Amino acid sequence: MKPGHGEVLLTEGDPSLREDEERLVEAFRRELDGGMWAAVPVEDPETGRRDARMVQDYGQIPPEAERVIFFPRAAGG
Amino acid sequence: MLLVVLALVLLAGALVVPAALESMRARRGAPPARAGRPQERLTLTDPGRERRAEQRARELLRSCVNDEEWSMYRDLGFIRVQGRPMTRPVEPLEDGTAEALADRAAEEDPRPFDIEEIQTPTRPGHGARRGRRPAEPPSPAPADSARSSAYAYLLYPHKPVLAYEPETHRLLSEYCVEFPDLSDAVTGSRLPDSDDVLAKWMALTGDEARLLRDANMHLPGRQLDPGRVRRDLWRLGEWERRRPSADSSSQ
Repeated sequence: MKPGHGEVLLTEGDPSLREDEERLVEAFRRELDGGMWAAVPVEDPETGRRDARMVQDYGQIPPEAERVIFFPRAAGG
Repeated sequence: MLLVVLALVLLAGALVVPAALESMRARRGAPPARAGRPQERLTLTDPGRERRAEQRARELLRSCVNDEEWSMYRDLGFIRVQGRPMTRPVEPLEDGTAEALADRAAEEDPRPFDIEEIQTPTRPGHGARRGRRPAEPPSPAPADSARSSAYAYLLYPHKPVLAYEPETHRLLSEYCVEFPDLSDAVTGSRLPDSDDVLAKWMALTGDEARLLRDANMHLPGRQLDPGRVRRDLWRLGEWERRRPSADSSSQ
């Protein structure tokens, strides 16, 4: 999510493919280094309840995650 | 006759002097007075851009939040998120003490407050009694029922996160938070409304304590009109009453 633009696709790929994964890791680090927060929408398989999980490292991304959403870091308003 | 001549001289001067000044500026290389206008035109945004961004943001929000929450946002313009007992919001007492209390509540003593303490009326400027703690922490609230949760939040686009008690509709505090684009602070552009709500939703459901720490906590009424909030809570109650339990209209 980018102010003034809304949703912007940064990159996509199959994490099981080495080249794709390298690109995904690079994009992930670039966004976090740029001060963004990353969250993964998740769904409880038992209740179906949707939630978000904040991730600070590429390894924290659940394997079943289809997308990671980056958004500006929160600041006191 | 003399007056007529004088008037003609003044008129001619008024016509000639601006043209002379303009030509002098051009000779010196200074930009003419109107040079800024084309620049301004270049910075004008596409009038449809924000609308398209908001449309995309709504789709993204809908794909992330629960069906009930999406319907709530679509119909009422805000989302209610239930709180989690480990990070119960703290009522601000006075300026300067709010942050300290929030830190204490979220970090040093993460046990929830006693419900009797929560309902103790406070007098502005006199602070609240921090009553006793329960001997045993209460069991966590069910995940899908804000009514059974001790507190909940209302998420409005580009407004503070409002904490309140679902049972009593008592407003607890406002958490002023925004998601600024640090890389482009000059233009001051902001997230589309639905993206702002989604960012709050993700931050709250993903790491509630962190969001509360980063926010500026204030008494209710600082930015959100309490009367409007109470009307919204009433609307929410009516909406829930009329809404079928299984949301078949989430499309």
